[in-house]
Amino acid sequence: MNLLVLIGVVIVIVGFVLRLNPLLVVTVAGLATGLAGGLNLIAVVEAFGKSFIENRYVAIVWMVLPVIGVLERYGLQERTRQLVSRVHAATTGRVLLSYLAVRQVTAALGLTSLGGHAQMVRPLIAPMAEAAAETRHGELPRAVSERIRAYAAATDNVGLFFGEDIFIAIGSILLIRGFLEQNGILLEPARLALWAIPTAIAAFVVHGSRMLLLDRRLAAQVRAARAADERARDGAAPAAAEGGR
Amino acid sequence: MITLEFIYVLMGLLLAGITAVNARDRTNPKRWRNTAFWGIYAATFLFGSYLPPLASGVLVLAMTAVAGFGGLGQGAPDTTSADERVAHAKRLGNRLYVPALLVPGVALLGTLTLKQAAFHGTPLVDPRQVTVISLGIATLVALAAALAILRPAALTPVREARRLMDTVGWAAVLPQMLAALGALFALAGVGKVVSAAVTRWLPLNGPLGAVIAYAVGMALFTMLMGNAFAAFPVMAAGIGLPLIVHRFGGDAAVVSAIGMLAGFCGTLMTPMAANFNIVPVALLELPDEKAVIRVQVPTALVLLAINTALIYFLAFRG
Repeated sequence: MNLLVLIGVVIVIVGFVLRLNPLLVVTVAGLATGLAGGLNLIAVVEAFGKSFIENRYVAIVWMVLPVIGVLERYGLQERTRQLVSRVHAATTGRVLLSYLAVRQVTAALGLTSLGGHAQMVRPLIAPMAEAAAETRHGELPRAVSERIRAYAAATDNVGLFFGEDIFIAIGSILLIRGFLEQNGILLEPARLALWAIPTAIAAFVVHGSRMLLLDRRLAAQVRAARAADERARDGAAPAAAEGGR
Repeated sequence: MITLEFIYVLMGLLLAGITAVNARDRTNPKRWRNTAFWGIYAATFLFGSYLPPLASGVLVLAMTAVAGFGGLGQGAPDTTSADERVAHAKRLGNRLYVPALLVPGVALLGTLTLKQAAFHGTPLVDPRQVTVISLGIATLVALAAALAILRPAALTPVREARRLMDTVGWAAVLPQMLAALGALFALAGVGKVVSAAVTRWLPLNGPLGAVIAYAVGMALFTMLMGNAFAAFPVMAAGIGLPLIVHRFGGDAAVVSAIGMLAGFCGTLMTPMAANFNIVPVALLELPDEKAVIRVQVPTALVLLAINTALIYFLAFRG
């Protein structure tokens, strides 16, 4: 057993802990793993290039940037805030809970491209969640609005991951089926998709409850962040005075 | 027939435009670094399918060097002010949503209809790539609608795309880099070493121990690889099939379907799953690199426990 090939895993963990540039860490880890696995340098660089080119399809999501950028220029996020602030029942938790439900159901129908961070979360979902909090708590401290945006991104991920496996033609179901077939077990994709349902329900209950709890915590978080801001200001003022001496 | 290559050329042209805007932007102190980075990335889309693998590999290493030593910069954003945006929003109202909703709408329509569409027996769109191509086409339709409704200057879409692309920065390329790392892990046999270690050192002498080792192993291995798809064959071949299914008589459908979902819990907790956990941090302009992972960890841990219990109770139900 060639334990040396684990060097890449070690480099990745150390790199992320030391907060080095991930692009650099991943490249070095790849080179080290390939060399430790007995490939020569040329073969390693070739493998890197080949796989990078083959996986270009994951970058297609960036084609949405011209539209989103132009819409932002003309006030899409501001319009969304105006609309949400008029809906009095809207809270951050309810907005995100509804999005979780929509994301899970559409993903379960195989419609995974209906959501996503570039096309849905940044232009629509995050501004909705922030605006709902603003109507209740006034202008949000920076830390709180960043936290709400992080929750919006997380909700997109949870909805996608624990919805898509109910769809029988999704990549992971096909992968499982292929793997089992190689090992002499023939299964209908529908049977695999069926067993994804209990987890999907659990994910909705667990993450959904956290979203509703978030509503209760927001008021306290806003107060705490404002107090911290004030302390920072009070602390900064004498320092500035000293600097002027 | 529209293939993925067509979309790649469009993507390459967009990146070439972003490169040109960066090259002319004197407000960015690192403008030549940005120009080099996006320029090379554009080349991988425009010419990647014709380049020998070694040349592509060298290009990728060059991008890493540009971004990794010294980093990328950001010019002054060439866009509207907050007050202008509020005014635009009041004037335009809900018309702003037409292009925004055309993206998912057309992507969905394309996914549902283009698979069967044919002209004189030739499929209109490469049937294996319908989802990705539909998304690409949807962005074009939405852009056309946005131009018709908003009538911005001709170069505005590229300038605005540049603003967002530079906000995301090198993180835009990380998912592809991690896929390449996964390929090297596979070539070097990392999976085999890990599964050998797991099966040798973990206590697997009863169904419960095996299920816990399998589910937690799926999550941990997914965290290392950034991808449950890479972890599943290793853990299923190491523990799932030989122990839970064959020795203890568990249901293979339950073990594999819920095992994969246990892996997804790991995806929620790792920076290696860059397109889910790191790209949104950049896209939403969050200062804390782990902000998204941080809020996902509680959901992921509770769901991992639930998945472990579900495998145990459902796989041995009869």
